[in-house]
This record gives sequence, C-alpha cells and structure tokens, in this order.
Amino acid sequence: MKFPLRNSAFFMAACCLFAFAPAAASAGDTIKIGVAGAHSGQLASYGLPTLKAVQIIAEQVNAKGGIHGKKIEVLSEDDLCKPEIAVNSAKKLISDGVDAVIGHTCSGPTSAVMPLYKEKSILVISPSATTPGLTKDKEYPNFFRTVAPDDAQAQVDVDFILDTLGAKKIALLDDKGDYGKSFIHFAKEQFEKDGRAKIVLEEGITQGAVDYSAIVQKIKRSQADVVLYGGYHPEASKIVTTMRKKRMKTYFVSDDGIRVQTFIDVAKKYAEGVYASSSKDTTSNPLAIKAIEEHKKKFGSEPGEFYLNAYTAMIVLVNAIDKADSTELSAVAKALRSEVVATPMGNVSFDEVGDATGIGYAVSKVVDGKFVEQK
Amino acid sequence: MHFDSQYFIELFASGLTKGSIYALIALGYTMVYGIVGLINFAHGEIYMIGAFVFFLASSLLTVLGLPMWAMICIATAASIFWAGGYGYTVEKIAYKPLRNAPRLSPLISAIGMSVFLQNYVMLGQTEKYLGFPEVIPEFDFLEPFASTFSSSDFVIWVTTVIVMLILTWIIKFTRTGKAMRATAQDRTMAELVGINVNQIISATFIIGSALAAVGGILISSHTGSIHYYIGFIAGIKAFTAAVLGGIGSIPGAVLGGLVLGMAESFATGYFSSAYEDVFAFSLLVLILIFRPAGLLGRAETEKV
Repeated sequence: MKFPLRNSAFFMAACCLFAFAPAAASAGDTIKIGVAGAHSGQLASYGLPTLKAVQIIAEQVNAKGGIHGKKIEVLSEDDLCKPEIAVNSAKKLISDGVDAVIGHTCSGPTSAVMPLYKEKSILVISPSATTPGLTKDKEYPNFFRTVAPDDAQAQVDVDFILDTLGAKKIALLDDKGDYGKSFIHFAKEQFEKDGRAKIVLEEGITQGAVDYSAIVQKIKRSQADVVLYGGYHPEASKIVTTMRKKRMKTYFVSDDGIRVQTFIDVAKKYAEGVYASSSKDTTSNPLAIKAIEEHKKKFGSEPGEFYLNAYTAMIVLVNAIDKADSTELSAVAKALRSEVVATPMGNVSFDEVGDATGIGYAVSKVVDGKFVEQK
Repeated sequence: MHFDSQYFIELFASGLTKGSIYALIALGYTMVYGIVGLINFAHGEIYMIGAFVFFLASSLLTVLGLPMWAMICIATAASIFWAGGYGYTVEKIAYKPLRNAPRLSPLISAIGMSVFLQNYVMLGQTEKYLGFPEVIPEFDFLEPFASTFSSSDFVIWVTTVIVMLILTWIIKFTRTGKAMRATAQDRTMAELVGINVNQIISATFIIGSALAAVGGILISSHTGSIHYYIGFIAGIKAFTAAVLGGIGSIPGAVLGGLVLGMAESFATGYFSSAYEDVFAFSLLVLILIFRPAGLLGRAETEKV
C-alpha cells in the first residue's frame, strides 16, 4: 500500500501544479481561445487540422505582439466527437475562462454543448458542424460557422432553378442512397417553402439498373422543366443520355456527386448543358495557397479536412476581437456580422443567424466538356 | 384519368428493350441448366466481359482508322469469340472437375468464379466508369419516333429477334443442336449412342456466352457507359427471368425476360420506380406459387 499511496500523493501534487499553471499564466493579460473537437480516435482526421490552423495563426499574431498587446493562448480539449465527452470538454474550457471557442468538430457534440456556452455568453465558431438547425433555429446568438450547412447545397440548386432557369415544374429524382435522399429532402422543403414552382414528380431510382428509359418517359410525361437529381454520376450519366436520345430538352440539375470529370467523360456530348452544384473553388485563392504553405512549413505535410475552414474561422475571430477591442460577446458578434474579411475561402462575413456569407456552394455548367462555375 | 395510349406504348417500348437484354442473358442460364443442371452464376460476368472486349477492340480499331461498319463487325466478332472462350474456360476450370460432386459444390465454385472475374476486370482494366463508344447510329427513318424509342432500342429489338432465330435454327436443325437436346433429355443415354457429351457441354457454354456478349454490347452502347460491376445486377435479373419462364426452357427464358422487363417498366410508369424491384419480384413469387416450374417450365416437353 505504501507505493501506490505515495504515487497518488505525487499525482495529486502534479494535478495541482497543472491546474494552477494556466491560472498563473492567465494572471498576465491573454486572450484565451479554446479549441474543442476530435483530437484522437476515429474522427481525429476531422478535428486535428483545426487545432493546427489555430496554432499557426496564434503564433503569427503573437509574433506581431498579439491583439492590442494581448497574446493569444490556445487551450485544446479533445471531445472524440462524442456528445457526452464534449459536455465535459466544454465545462473544462468554461472553468478555464476561455474567451471564445473554435469548434466543436462534429454536429452532435456541438448541439450538445451550445446551451453551456450560451449560458456563459461565450462565442463559438465551428469550422465543421453542418447541421442546419444550429443556425437556422436561431437559438444561439453566440454561434457562428465557417462551413456551409447541410441544406446549403440544395438551397443553391433551388435558387438557381427558380431564379436563373425560371422553372415552374420540377421533377425530383434520387438514387435512394443516404446522400441523394437527404439532398432531395432539403430541396423539396425549400421548393415548398418558396411556392413559386410545383413539384410534378418525385421518384427514387434503383442504383445500377440495366436501363432507365421507363423513368425517363415518366419525366417526359410529367412535363417538368427541370429534373433535380440527388445521387452520383454513374446513374446520372445514363439518365441524361437516355433523356437526350429521346430528344428531351429538360434541364438536368444535380449535386456534387456528379461534378466529376468522369461524368463528362462517360456521358460525352450528352453532358453538355448539365448543371451541378459543388463547393466554391478556392484552389486559386492566394490566401488559401499561403495557408497551405504555412501548414507544410510547420508540420511538413499537406493539411487535412476542414483546415481552410478553421483557418478562416480563426482569421475572422482575430479580426473581430481586434475591431471590437474587447472579448465581450455582443461586441465581437457585432464585428463578425459587420466586417467583411479576406480569407482563404474568399471574402467572408456573417448573416444574422451565424452562417457565413461567401462560403458555400456554386452551380457549374458543362460547357465544351468542362464544368464552368456560373456567376 | 383517361387512358394515355402514347404513354403506354412508350413504356411498352422501354420494357421491350429491358426484356430483350434480360432474355439474351437468361438464355445462357437456362441452356446450361437444361444440360448440366447447374446455375452458372459467372454468366453475368461473361456479359460484362463481352462488353469490355468490344470496348477495347473498338478503341483499338478506331486508332487504326477503320470505317464504322467494319469496326462494329470486327469488334463484335472479337467480343463473341472472347466471351465464348471465357465461357469455355470457366466450364473447364470451375465446373467440369465438379460434375459428379454434390449440387452445392459447383454452385459455390460458380459464385467464386463470378467474384474472380469481377475483380480480374477491375484490377486488369479499371475500377472507373468508362464512356462506351456510340456504335449504334441515329437512323433518319426513325426520327419521327425518336421521342418514343431511340435507334438503339430499335437495334436491340431487331438484333434480339435475329439472334433468337439463329439459336432456334441451331437447336432444331443442326447436328450439335440435336445432340444438345439429346444430352438434356438423358446424358447417360446420349453418351451411349455416341454423343461426345463433354463437347456438347462446351458448345452450350460457348453459345450461351456469345448471346450474353451480344447483350452486353447492345446495352452498353444503349446507355453509353461500362463498368466492371454491370454484370452482377443484370445477371441476377436474367436469372430471375430464367426462373420466371421455367428454367431449362428456351422459349421460357425469352418469355420470362420480356415479362420481367415489362413488369419493371409498367411498375415504374404507373406506380413508382421506388417499387420497381418490389413489383418485379412480387410477380415472380406470385407466378411461382401458381406455377412452381415457371411459366413454360413443364408445358414444354423439349428441354434444352
């Protein structure tokens, strides 16, 4: 019993030391930014790049003397993308006195911890939580995100169909897969809310079927102006080919499941004029190139998932604290909404519910065998 | 709602196309079953390989700059030859050594062969979807009907009818055909009267594979794409068609293919494509309840 006892005593002492260490540091004037997300476990590849992005920018800001003379201190908490662990992570960060949080990584944990942060008026910017309700339910005035919500892609297609194509009759088609079905589900909600167009047909097709001419005849009979398809390119190319062979001029609009060169290579001339939404192309943005270079220099590898989203989140946060000259929630939130900041993901600002404007999806059209982003 | 005859004809045309393809593949299943009592699950893969060989041969011939019709003829011949070769080899490797084994053994080796061929094409060629050359031209005289059915639909129907006629001729009037019918009726007796049963079994596999290859070429050209996995679903559907029509019966396979294709097409057209398969397989169950041997399973005394 002697050794364990001595060990535990030592352990307790160590705990005390560590517990007091940040407290001691905070005695100096710092801005504490918490980074919470999956830093280990299966989903670490989604969460770790966020931590790295925050560290890179914190270093840069501190090297320049901080924000109004205050250095940034990064506190990281691993939540494994599990809601029950995330609650503990959030409580820990709150008791450590963070001024703002970049995170959490996954939607589930983020939804679970938002009430805690709201109670303490702590600002949260997630680079990767995409559940629409986090912003659209208007429950959390302290929540912002630098990633497009799940329904944004459908929204972009729906707006394009209604405003640009001016369609009145819509045929909704999905491949009965998770991805295609949820895309069409969101699109349907938005069409019904808008009310300008009528949904004349709703069908689910069988993936990998020999031939789709029966469903194409059905689309023709419904006299739809537009087919909105949720799914992937193998079925889409067969359907488009069959439609065009039957001399149908109906617009074909789809999601990023078909926005790959293979789609055009397979459907060839029949792919011309097809529309597909996808994340806005940021590869040519000089700030994105710079951000990726910084990652390679510091960590010696290509950045992972949501790196640019997190990089953007940190840039807008630093800018907002700088402009507000305060870490008080209402002042920072006001700055986030009013400022337009140049980031690796383009010029970013926030709308009143906390979704980033300028981040998200755009519609491309197949022109001469290539996808061309439509303005 | 009034009856829309134009729409009915359109769905009928689409069902006929699907049904023709199912029938072409189903014939291979039913002929092999008639003679050796085996379900050749690798048959769907032969259909896929036929389409792939055509794709490769036509790409090669395009480089050589041959005229379109010559290219189609040579590539089709190559595809039939190759697919026949695969059918022959599969039988020799996977089924012949197991001919007197319990029934389950060749079934498992058939599934093994199917998986092997899929992965063989995936690794040897590509796992990607490829665009299939449009070998069926758009006929001017069909332009008035273009919204109802395309030129490729038309070519599929005509080719299927021609292929069926040739097959009927082979089985009814050639020595091989007679020997095939004899082997199907009684293998031991056929052997006793001097028929080389091994040769006849090989011929059956080769003919079945050639039919599947033709089906593969037609459908790939119709939909304009090819992939190593296309044989699986087509194979399952064709097998269903063969059972529906009465496995072992040649007219049954054709009828089964057409019934299945029509059922799917009309289910999509008048109900919902979400229930296409549900409808098709419910029909299968219903038919098998009332006619356990399939539509033409027993009515036909001639079993090949």
